[in-house]
Amino acid sequence: MDFKRIFHTLGVVLCFEAMLLILPSICAIIYDEVAIYSFIASIVLCLVCGIPLYLIKPKKNEMYSKEGFVVVALSWILMSLFGALPFVFSEAIPNFIHAFFETASGFTTTGASILKDVEVIPKSVLFWRSFTHWIGGMGVLVFLMAILSLSGGSNLHLMRAESTGPAVNKLVPKVKSSAKILYGIYIGLSLILLVLLLAGGMSFFEAITHMFGTAGTGGFGIKNSSLADYSPYLQIVITVFMALFGIDFSVYYLLLLGKFKLMLKSDEVKAYIGIILVSTLIISINCVNLFENIWASLRHSAFQVSSIMTTTGFSTVDFDKFPELSKTILVLLMFIGACAGSTGGGIKVSRILIYLKSIKKEISIAAHPKLTKKIQMSGRIVEHETVRSVNVFMAAYIVVFVLSLLAISIDNLDFTTNFTAVAATLNNIGPGLAKVGPTSNFSVYSDFSILVLTFDMLIGRLEVFPILILFSPYTWKK
Amino acid sequence: MNIIIVGCGKTGQKIIEKLCEEKEHNITVVDIRNHILNEIVNKHDVMGVSGDCINAEILEEAGVKDADILIATTGSDEINFTTCLLAKKIGDCQTIARVRKPQYTKTINLFKDDIGLALAINSDIAAAREIARILKFPTAIQIDTFAKGRIEILKFKINDDSVLQGLKLSEMGAKLNCDVLVCGVERGGEVYIPDGNFEFHPGDLISIVSTYNNANVFFKKIGIKSSRVKNSIIIGGGVTGYYLANMLIQAGIDVKIIEEKKERCEELSCLLPKATIINGDGTDNALLLEEGIESADSVIALTNIDEENIILSLFAKSKTGGKLITKINRVEYDEIIRKLDLDTIIHPKTITAEDVLRFVRAKNNSFTSNNIETMHYILGGKAEALEFHIKEKSAVVGKPLYQLNIRKNNIISCINRDGKVIIPKGQDSIHVGDSVVVVTTLSGLKDINDILEG
Repeated sequence: MDFKRIFHTLGVVLCFEAMLLILPSICAIIYDEVAIYSFIASIVLCLVCGIPLYLIKPKKNEMYSKEGFVVVALSWILMSLFGALPFVFSEAIPNFIHAFFETASGFTTTGASILKDVEVIPKSVLFWRSFTHWIGGMGVLVFLMAILSLSGGSNLHLMRAESTGPAVNKLVPKVKSSAKILYGIYIGLSLILLVLLLAGGMSFFEAITHMFGTAGTGGFGIKNSSLADYSPYLQIVITVFMALFGIDFSVYYLLLLGKFKLMLKSDEVKAYIGIILVSTLIISINCVNLFENIWASLRHSAFQVSSIMTTTGFSTVDFDKFPELSKTILVLLMFIGACAGSTGGGIKVSRILIYLKSIKKEISIAAHPKLTKKIQMSGRIVEHETVRSVNVFMAAYIVVFVLSLLAISIDNLDFTTNFTAVAATLNNIGPGLAKVGPTSNFSVYSDFSILVLTFDMLIGRLEVFPILILFSPYTWKK
Repeated sequence: MNIIIVGCGKTGQKIIEKLCEEKEHNITVVDIRNHILNEIVNKHDVMGVSGDCINAEILEEAGVKDADILIATTGSDEINFTTCLLAKKIGDCQTIARVRKPQYTKTINLFKDDIGLALAINSDIAAAREIARILKFPTAIQIDTFAKGRIEILKFKINDDSVLQGLKLSEMGAKLNCDVLVCGVERGGEVYIPDGNFEFHPGDLISIVSTYNNANVFFKKIGIKSSRVKNSIIIGGGVTGYYLANMLIQAGIDVKIIEEKKERCEELSCLLPKATIINGDGTDNALLLEEGIESADSVIALTNIDEENIILSLFAKSKTGGKLITKINRVEYDEIIRKLDLDTIIHPKTITAEDVLRFVRAKNNSFTSNNIETMHYILGGKAEALEFHIKEKSAVVGKPLYQLNIRKNNIISCINRDGKVIIPKGQDSIHVGDSVVVVTTLSGLKDINDILEG
């Protein structure tokens, strides 16, 4: 374990967070809020802890896979701990564990909240809350990679630990350039969304916070009613963009390069779009009685499907009141999640496809025991190693899920609430059903359960193993 | 630059490593073996494409259309040629192929242009050349070559009692009457391109440009004992051994090859009638003593097993005071091996990688100027040797060199005319069609006329 390298990188991350906190500070100055002092205090604390860590100079220039995982996991935990400070200092969320939950929910783009009334919170604090979505969406370390050469040597390990999906591929030979392209696409799409929201009559503050929430597929709103009060135009824009941010970003890169043929080859994106369309159709027919006409039903269904599938967690209606079939579909969509390489969470469509194909292969083998067959995705052979890691991911995912469910059931809430609370946090969605439904919040849970759910969010965002490796004693041996 | 490397054997990996150190290149690696590709992608900042390189789709995926250079270093010469040909057809890049079979050394020139090959690299020849170079001048500190290996730059130190001490460069020609050209002097970490008034001091490291024979005369005259190697024992009669023996015989050195395999010995005796071929185990010390290792000027360990080579050299060291050269294939343990005090160690893979690197640098440099044919860093990277091709008449053409007003820190160090190398003197002149090598410490020369004042 190269502790010096880990401390050094964590120092960089903390200094970076201090830099990020400047933005909400500016917001506080504009709205002339007292919260400015809590931001300044947080910046100072970040720097006080970050600079000494940064000054620890690593001996070697190499970073191995283990260090990569540990750095990413610790960075996310530290970011969430320090990011919670403004909430505590400004007394928006006096309980530190609740604030930690809220920030982790922000960075992991979950959007689950413990706030009962968001409309009383200072605007600059709300801005920070939404801004964490945007940063967390594409990844903190990926951003740092784009602007500075983090570990000198190979920092693919960091990218691999932080990016979503079973296999991480660089877009171009250099990690730095790849990170730049990813962020370029991310910023570009975000700006288009911002303009469209402004055109729909949102104020700049509303537009930018909703842009953050949509782009990061987070889901923090600034209204208690989430997006229910906005015009159909805005709801449709957000529906479309949530779905767009759930697509593998390398597809956009191919689009920019004009390689349409390769783009259309992606099985994952095809399946993703298919699932969205079919689910929307079923739900809109199933819920048609709840709305004034089929078009309204279609609009709301599409919004809910897009929001849950991409693990955003915005809502225009209380889907807890949907018929059982629709609710069940939504819960299933929670698990499927978005595409690999997007800002969304969940198990990811590509993994689901690999599972289905593995099952099909296993059935064929039962019929023809000597059958030789390789699983293919988008016209490419999926390596055995990838299939294995995808399978183990599922196993680990279930273990984490069951243990969390067990832990939070101590609070004696009903099964639907507990089950969807874990599903909503582990898949980075936000709202669940029943007591944690879109109109309620997570403050019903005890501090212990809140901590468990906080870790579920981090585990979900980093796709299980980076966080789990922290608990292995072998990791910490010199 | 965008570089594609096809085939990730040991040589390929060494090339990747060297190119990554330059930091400015976008490197894509193609190999059919997934596990090796994964290892490389984890170690270096490169993109891996897994697949068969003679599949056009795979090459396209690796970005052959935007590539500047493609380097084919798979284990098979034919696949390398095909890949280079394909790359040339799909994209427009310079191609480098690794060639291993000795049969191709001559035939490659027949079809090199047809398949658009910019460079054919042969690790065995490169290693043999390096060894031969060291054996020719065992006293020289370092030997660089440029102009496609036709010209050698020899570096040596001026001792306190040297004839050159206190001598001005302009007086040197008259006093020694030698056809050599001093192209650079290193003094206290600085590099000087000397003019006529330059005075030599003891301790200077002098680099001369010369052909082999002239350099020999020069060394004799300035009193450096060029304790030239007269005989050589090569242990291991592989491909490198064969090339080396050939070069040494041409230089008039007695060669004895010890090779274990009977058939190979017979083959070698046909190929190298002038060499003494001994059929026996090179690790058998009784045999080595019998074959006169104690009186050998040089012992070169070239078997395919690193450990054997090391032991052989250690044994030779205890028996003879001659020059020892050891071939080591694995670079990883270099630090430990250097501690063994084995005299000179040769890494064929590193030499090959450096050859490729030199080509890439030259290409990179000529990106900005198409007048420069090749460019090498010499004198420890502090000076450049630029090769200009003279395509048209200009201010430098046709006039005797002494009439040209050449800027300081530039020197015209050789002229290649129709494959003949001229070490220029004041009366010589440059013609259209020549290629001219300029050694300079000024960076950013774009054109041969840039060496003129004003």
